[in-house]
Amino acid sequence: MAVSSESVDISHAMVIAPVSPADWLIVAPSILTILGGAICLMSRKDTAAQPRIGVLFLMLLVFATGGLFLHVLDKGVVTMVMGRWLPPFGIAFTADLTGATLAFVASLVAFAAGVYGIVDVDGSGRRYGFYPFLLLLMTGVCGAFLTGDIFNLYVWFEVLLIASFGLLVLGNERAQLDGAVKYALLNIIATTLFLLATGLLYGLYGTLNMADIAIKTREFGIDGPMATIAVLYFLAFGMKAAAFPVNFWLPASYHTPRIVVSAVFAGLLTKVGIYALLRIFVVLMPEARFQLQDLIALVAIATMLTGVFGALAQTDVRRLFGYLVISGIGSMLAGLAIGTTPALAGTIFYAIHSIVVMTALYMAAGVMNAMGGSYSLRELGGLYAASPAFAAVFLVLAFAVAGLPPFSGFWPKVILVEAAITTGRVWIAASILVTGLLTSIAVGRVWIFAFWRGGPEGTPDGAAEPGALAAAPGLARPVVWLPLGVLLALVVFMGIVPEPMFQVTGRGATTMVDPIGYVRSVFGDSL
Amino acid sequence: MEAGLSVLIGLFFAVSVYLLMSRQIVRIMLGIAILGNAVNLLIFTAGRLTREVPPVIPEGALTPLEQTANPLPQALILTAIVISFSFFAFLLVLAFRSYQELGTDDANEMRVAEPAGEPAPPQGY
Repeated sequence: MAVSSESVDISHAMVIAPVSPADWLIVAPSILTILGGAICLMSRKDTAAQPRIGVLFLMLLVFATGGLFLHVLDKGVVTMVMGRWLPPFGIAFTADLTGATLAFVASLVAFAAGVYGIVDVDGSGRRYGFYPFLLLLMTGVCGAFLTGDIFNLYVWFEVLLIASFGLLVLGNERAQLDGAVKYALLNIIATTLFLLATGLLYGLYGTLNMADIAIKTREFGIDGPMATIAVLYFLAFGMKAAAFPVNFWLPASYHTPRIVVSAVFAGLLTKVGIYALLRIFVVLMPEARFQLQDLIALVAIATMLTGVFGALAQTDVRRLFGYLVISGIGSMLAGLAIGTTPALAGTIFYAIHSIVVMTALYMAAGVMNAMGGSYSLRELGGLYAASPAFAAVFLVLAFAVAGLPPFSGFWPKVILVEAAITTGRVWIAASILVTGLLTSIAVGRVWIFAFWRGGPEGTPDGAAEPGALAAAPGLARPVVWLPLGVLLALVVFMGIVPEPMFQVTGRGATTMVDPIGYVRSVFGDSL
Repeated sequence: MEAGLSVLIGLFFAVSVYLLMSRQIVRIMLGIAILGNAVNLLIFTAGRLTREVPPVIPEGALTPLEQTANPLPQALILTAIVISFSFFAFLLVLAFRSYQELGTDDANEMRVAEPAGEPAPPQGY
């Protein structure tokens, strides 16, 4: 006798109620970017239409993630389950405040990069798919920030990775191929390790849903297999986040692609790794974080210092900024090592600051190259005379990246140093401060050579030729002022009015440390 | 059964780590391929091995009548295989193109992006 599907009560297995329209915002970023990427791909030979479609969809993405951010800010954690299967069986998309905020900021940065790309990416770059790759990269980035399933997180990592390969080799130059080989090999090993840890985790708990794992790890406590899994995750995401000593792919590759691609990479990719570390070690395995905190602290200090020493040793400004990305990762890891709620809020704040400011710095490097004809500190010069306004923009970004007030880098460092001192970790506080000092020296040197010095190396003091650089083509055009201006406004806003950021990151960190809201959003209020 | 496969997986990991530590890009690629297979086998084993009972609910019943094979690891592995396969295809082309351009597949000699012995940055004007 066949059982008709009507006679069975399926409410124990499936979501019966229709999903509210606002909850569709959780999957909107992924849907929009895949759709936009597909349309861009189909029209990729129409190089004039490419930027229009790309920028349009990136703008829609900003609206979608902005809406999601406001929705989460209003309602708390929201969940949507694929295929209507009740969790933990259906793949869940769960947006908490941290994920939604990061997705929003990442979309803003991608939009800025899309506009910047109108000038920076020429016809061949458009034909070979800059905009489709950028949109699909954002699919991966937003998916990773919003998913509530750990295997799904792996899939989004792979999506953003394959899109980043495409962006990295755009142009097919020798240095790009060299950088891409190292980037690709090391990143694939990292994601395979991530998959390995996920396989072991599944064998241990029999579930892949993050909320379900969070319940089970708290139930069972830490034991041998779990410690192994935690270390594997730390290694895998440490590689992704470019933590010392597994970060050699970053300085090998970040200066080789087009400058707008470098800007997107520097802003987004490593921060997805940091987000995954936060998700794993704060929400899923808090006890494992407690066990590993000394190791994380050591790695954090080493990452900060090696990063900034690397920056001091560079002549090429792109490579210099690449090392500053690494050094910032160290500061974010420091928050994870301290592990208190304020420290984690500091990490989230720092991640947002770093997304914005590193992208803006690379964009500024592109303008420096367009005006001065080089990326080398030996050949640059006279930019202050050429454009005092641009010099001011760079100075703001330099202050922000060094963590000097009144710009965005100052506050997260204040929170992190305070948290380090109150928990008695003086070494972490000292390294953050020393790193800040050395960073100011590194960017200050860029300022002195590229902006103050009258011309290339050897120009006598005081000899400037104003106007010689003013007629530079390409990136010196006004359209690049829009993306740079948006990012600059964010940097200044976060620095001068930090209160909203304190609120958002503080609430984000609280939801992560005590994931009861997260779990209830997935499994309903009965838990 | 699980124990036997675990030993095999361990062997796979040993071989892949050995190959990954090589300087030749081709060997590293082989290491990555084997690493991917090792992880897939590991997921398969982690889902516990139950043989020859497909996870299909017979007509008229609401639940499976006996313990069935776990379908989830198979879904995970299929996803992972597709992803690692496409990545491997990309890597092969990338390695070939870089061999054409750089004339070497020795990782130590690939110094175009980071030239050896660069001079220090300027110390003053």
